[in-house]
Amino acid sequence: MNIMTEASVEQKLSSGTNEPSIKMKGEKVSVHYGEKRALFDVDLDVRENQVTALIGPSGCGKSTFLRCLNRMNDTIDIARVSGKITLDNEDVYDPKIDVVELRARVGMVFQKPNPFPKSIYENVAYGPRIHGLARSKAELDGIVESSLKKAGLFNEVKDRLLESGTGLSGGQQQRLCIARAIAVSPEVILMDEPCSALDPIATARVEELIDELRQNYTIVIVTHSMQQAARVSQRTAMFHLGYLVEEGATDKMFTNPDDKRTQDYITGRFG
Amino acid sequence: MVGYLVVLLLVLAAAAYWIGRTRAIASVNGDVARLHSLPGQHGMFLALFAAGPALLAIVLWSMVTPGIESSIIADRFSAELSGMGVPQVEAFIRDARAMAFGGLVGFADPTKEAAAAVYKSIHTTSAWIIWAVALLLSASGFYWAYSRIAQAYRARHVVERVLRAFLITCSAVAILTTIGIVLSLIFESLRFFQQVPLYKFLFGTHWSPQSAFTGAGAEAGAVNQDIFGMVPLFAGTLLITFIAMLVAAPIGLMAAIYLSDYASKSVRAVAKPVLEILAGIPTVVYGFFAALTVAPYFRSMGESLGLNVASESALAAGVVMGIMIIPFVSSLSDDVINAVPQSLRDGSAGLGATKSETIRKVILPAALPGIVSAMLLAVSRAIGETMIVVMAAGLAANLTANPLEAVTTVTVQIVTLLVGDQEFDSAKTLAAFALGLVLFCITLTLNIVALRVVQKYREQYD
Repeated sequence: MNIMTEASVEQKLSSGTNEPSIKMKGEKVSVHYGEKRALFDVDLDVRENQVTALIGPSGCGKSTFLRCLNRMNDTIDIARVSGKITLDNEDVYDPKIDVVELRARVGMVFQKPNPFPKSIYENVAYGPRIHGLARSKAELDGIVESSLKKAGLFNEVKDRLLESGTGLSGGQQQRLCIARAIAVSPEVILMDEPCSALDPIATARVEELIDELRQNYTIVIVTHSMQQAARVSQRTAMFHLGYLVEEGATDKMFTNPDDKRTQDYITGRFG
Repeated sequence: MVGYLVVLLLVLAAAAYWIGRTRAIASVNGDVARLHSLPGQHGMFLALFAAGPALLAIVLWSMVTPGIESSIIADRFSAELSGMGVPQVEAFIRDARAMAFGGLVGFADPTKEAAAAVYKSIHTTSAWIIWAVALLLSASGFYWAYSRIAQAYRARHVVERVLRAFLITCSAVAILTTIGIVLSLIFESLRFFQQVPLYKFLFGTHWSPQSAFTGAGAEAGAVNQDIFGMVPLFAGTLLITFIAMLVAAPIGLMAAIYLSDYASKSVRAVAKPVLEILAGIPTVVYGFFAALTVAPYFRSMGESLGLNVASESALAAGVVMGIMIIPFVSSLSDDVINAVPQSLRDGSAGLGATKSETIRKVILPAALPGIVSAMLLAVSRAIGETMIVVMAAGLAANLTANPLEAVTTVTVQIVTLLVGDQEFDSAKTLAAFALGLVLFCITLTLNIVALRVVQKYREQYD
């Protein structure tokens, strides 16, 4: 009862103070891997043009939740998802929804940079080509260039667009993967620990980029780094053992969390 | 007699193992932890020294004695053998041996019987000698090793070293055999090329070695050099291989893609072993399948279409050979496709690519080098394949590119050249070695190229 009022108060507040609208909404999302349950009735909203950070110790379900948002769990045979996830009020698990189109709208960047063993140009052009986004070579060139620019990589690679993407450094590879995701003009970008394989300088570069991208895209990021969550996100959700512990504005979460587990995790007492 | 000796030595070894073990345990009053090496290793050590040198001596003895015995016989009967040529002397000794130890005897005569008696006595003596030597070696080896066993003795290292030497010997046997085969191919081929020039062999377009000799007996002419042209054979081999790959490459590759990316775990668990059983069918079974089922089918089908299909067409042999290679192609390609990291599949799926787009645009390009090398290995397999073509392809060396005609292959010709009674130094039989050498060179090159490509490809992801 109490919770209900809090929620309605918050909603009132958000409409009053011009809170960003909700882009994606998870309601009672549960995931089973075979017999094992990995996620328990998670309710979590992702707001437009904000960075939402998912934190929590390993195995807490944050990546699982992330992968539900663009149905990447479909590629795992034994995974079963229940509950409801909406994108702009459309149920993404509705049989009418084309998963190909969904993934074009909700792009993904992975933990380990995974450029295709093709040229830098072909890596970025891959998505636009399969979705038929460019009508001419010139238009495709334009998409590739603007994507690379948005990912802050263009100046470094403009003279070697035809060289292999796997020949770049780790940080450049990850920015290439971000450019690749941007190239299909998604609305939401999911990032699964995008900096865990990068050195601090490359990490700083990618974090800056995430902050810039927020202007045009909605971003959900899974991270193990508290500092990263604090630096780049506006909202933070704390997961533990498959449950959503609490969710709120990042400032509040890091200074005055409601739940003791969040406090313990943030201050490094466990995890 | 020597067989008993070997059995006896094995029994001794078993006993020595037990004795060595017991002694090792006794040397520390049962406190095994104080031993440097485990009791079993002490036992092994004793067994190795008790039986090893003696067994080695027996192996040496069995390799050397036949030669020595024969030379003693040849020496004793030099008077009787003086008038004979080399083949007759060999036949004499062969017969004498056969009379002494049992076996097929050509022509018996008193001299041979006398020789056989001598053979028997020499052999008995040498067997006694090896008994004595082996037992002596065994006893001294046992004594030496037994006196060594003590708490601090490093039996483990000795056993390791002996094992290492044994393993080296085994691999050396394999390698030396290969080298020996290659050398014999080369030398016999050289003898052939003394009779038929290399360029006529490599570039000649006429192949009919059955008519290699003009005339007979005293009228026998020189070897006709113009009928050893191997071009038609290689054209036939390539034609059949081409047809086989036309069947095997797409089917094998598609099957591999299905197995690695589409099949559910349970389907894969059944389908993969079944495909591998296909690889286990003896090629002779494929051979009569080709000759009795597929070839007549193609023939009747050709007739109904108004085509003249030979009953031993290249098409039938090639198609069946292709079916034979399918599991080869599919299991190699499957490994290669599986080696493409899952992260690339995820990356592609995350961009909204469908499964087939991912496979066509990401997986296959990434796996291409490996697939190419799988194909090359399959080609070398097809080129060397014999049984199917012996049964289903023709014998006539036609130089044609028409798959409906009968062609012959290198392997078929090698078989026909060597089947039956042959003199081993005629140009006709030697031609088989030359063909074998060329075949060997081709498959070796294909294999080396394929393995190189695979290696290069592996470095990309490791």
